[in-house]
Amino acid sequence: MRAKRLWTRLGGSKHNAGLALLTAVLFVAVAARYPQFASTAGLRDGLDDTSILIVLALGQMLVMLTRAIDLSVAATVALAGMCVALINQAEPQVALPWLVLGAALLGAVLGAVNGLLVWQLQIPPIVVTLGTLAIYRGATYLISHGRWVNSGNMSPHFLGLVRERWGGATLLSWIAIAAVLLAACFLRYSAAGRSLYVAGNNPEAARNVGVDVGRAQCLAFVLNGTLAGLCGYLWVARYAVAYTGIASGFELTVIAACVIGGVSIAGGSGTVLGVLLGCLFLGVIKNALPLLAVSPFWQMAVSGAVIVTAAVLNAAGTRAPQRQRILEN
Amino acid sequence: MIEEVRPSQRVPRTHWRRRLLRWEVFLGLVVAADFALNVQLSPYFLSSETLADVSFNFTEKGLVALPMALLIIAGEIDISVAAIMALVSVCMGLLATRTASLTALVGCGLAVGLLAGAFNGALVTRWRVPAIVATIGSMSLYRGLAYGILGDRVLKDYPPAFAFFGQGYVAGPVSFELLLFTLAAVLCALYLHRTEFGRRLVAIGCNKTAAEMAGVRVNRYRFWLFVSTGVASAAASVLLTSRLGSTRPSIALGMELDIISMVILGGVAISGGRGSIAGVVLAAILTGLAIFGLGLINVPGVVTSLLMGALLILIVGLPIVGQRLSRVRAQARLRP
Repeated sequence: MRAKRLWTRLGGSKHNAGLALLTAVLFVAVAARYPQFASTAGLRDGLDDTSILIVLALGQMLVMLTRAIDLSVAATVALAGMCVALINQAEPQVALPWLVLGAALLGAVLGAVNGLLVWQLQIPPIVVTLGTLAIYRGATYLISHGRWVNSGNMSPHFLGLVRERWGGATLLSWIAIAAVLLAACFLRYSAAGRSLYVAGNNPEAARNVGVDVGRAQCLAFVLNGTLAGLCGYLWVARYAVAYTGIASGFELTVIAACVIGGVSIAGGSGTVLGVLLGCLFLGVIKNALPLLAVSPFWQMAVSGAVIVTAAVLNAAGTRAPQRQRILEN
Repeated sequence: MIEEVRPSQRVPRTHWRRRLLRWEVFLGLVVAADFALNVQLSPYFLSSETLADVSFNFTEKGLVALPMALLIIAGEIDISVAAIMALVSVCMGLLATRTASLTALVGCGLAVGLLAGAFNGALVTRWRVPAIVATIGSMSLYRGLAYGILGDRVLKDYPPAFAFFGQGYVAGPVSFELLLFTLAAVLCALYLHRTEFGRRLVAIGCNKTAAEMAGVRVNRYRFWLFVSTGVASAAASVLLTSRLGSTRPSIALGMELDIISMVILGGVAISGGRGSIAGVVLAAILTGLAIFGLGLINVPGVVTSLLMGALLILIVGLPIVGQRLSRVRAQARLRP
């Protein structure tokens, strides 16, 4: 009984239980065949590989909760990552904490641009972020003049931070774990976090109870931008290279992780646990395919098939389709 | 709401001043300005060869943007169009190693596009997956199939006659691509603005539940709209493959965003229920002119897309700012 209450409190639902079971079955099936998959090193690498996806998906979830969507996350990652890489190349003596902070701040500003356009001008989020996606990516090209920053141009300290190991996991993994805990507390215990659900679930009702829907959306965009900016540094340090096209198209993987994790595209519903499971599910698949000797060229098709299947199962699992109320909009 | 359902084209005798304020007029002015700018930029711009060249910058994307506009007006969206183009191109390329028959090649391409579109339609109508989610998934699936089948190979065994679709001219500077785009635009405009089906489609976009209760077979419309974007993507893929003369799995990568931007730029409401084909055609021409003009002054592709992104936000945002300003002024006038 108590266990059940705890489970529900953690965001447990039939959907999340099913997803957890599926991920576990997949994991065990691969591990039975290839024991190195479940070894300490294998687990550590797997988590390390999925960490950036987890952080970005949590940010995207905040935006999706308010009935918005952010297509510009990957471009934000690229712009913030390129900025810190260029600064590190030009001035290697700048202390790392400042760089990380700067990346997050730049991300927050880019997110605020999205948020303000949505809030103040009431342009649909998909239109705004479609535009800023191109703008941020173009800006990345402009500041770098199309050149690459390779690992040789970055200081060892800059590259080494994410690989630092504490208690068996990399710092990158700890950042993802911290992001999960922070997002869970924010969404559960803070008024601002609750207002995201309210704004997305029923904008009309939200206005009546005094929640400013536009402001909630703007807040979600700023938070998402901050996380994306942080991931800009993480991405560049993790893969040890910065160029205009980094993380290109990754926004769709992020959205797919959210959708598999049960975040509704129509806003108002989604749990941190679900998003975490969605990311781990995609992570297990991504890390298992090379072991199963699937050609890298087929990996995209496999993950596409997985996303479609998950979306169909999700849609079948939800209650009867929410009918648009006849008087809405 | 009722006002939105009313066919904008048939509103009897709108005041001329309101007519002038229409989105299409605004777009037309921007197109004219851009045209004049291009003439200024290059003395060679006004030759018929150059103008024919300009048309190649928008015909393929525009061909997909037309049914995409219908789809968005009906309240749905299809993100997988560029991936369908890649899959179609790969299938045609493989078939071209076996046969040189143009009918077989084009027929195969269109059939693949039809199947891909039907699968999207089934996901949305039969399995009730939200369109944006369904097509993000099928985008990875189709693009992934193209990568999986082709790997790092390049296909270029197309018969010489195949080049006509993307490089041939019908009359003077009018290319086959431009002719096809014009025909498709006229067809879509007649369908949307002059038939009962078109009106029903707008009704679906305004309020799906209400349309269903009024007896519109909503799912049937949605399914066939997805099929039509699939087929149009296949046709665009025939043109693009023929123009490039080769197929790589990364063909048309990221084009879905250009196409959707084009539709939004054309004044189609992303939430559905409003839009015109004339607007989309103007937006297509504007995109073509802008891309060509930027090419004239040696602006790289990424920067061109930056400017197009800025243009999108600016053009959608400006009327809203204008509305707000005039509201503020009206309020100030009311106050003594």
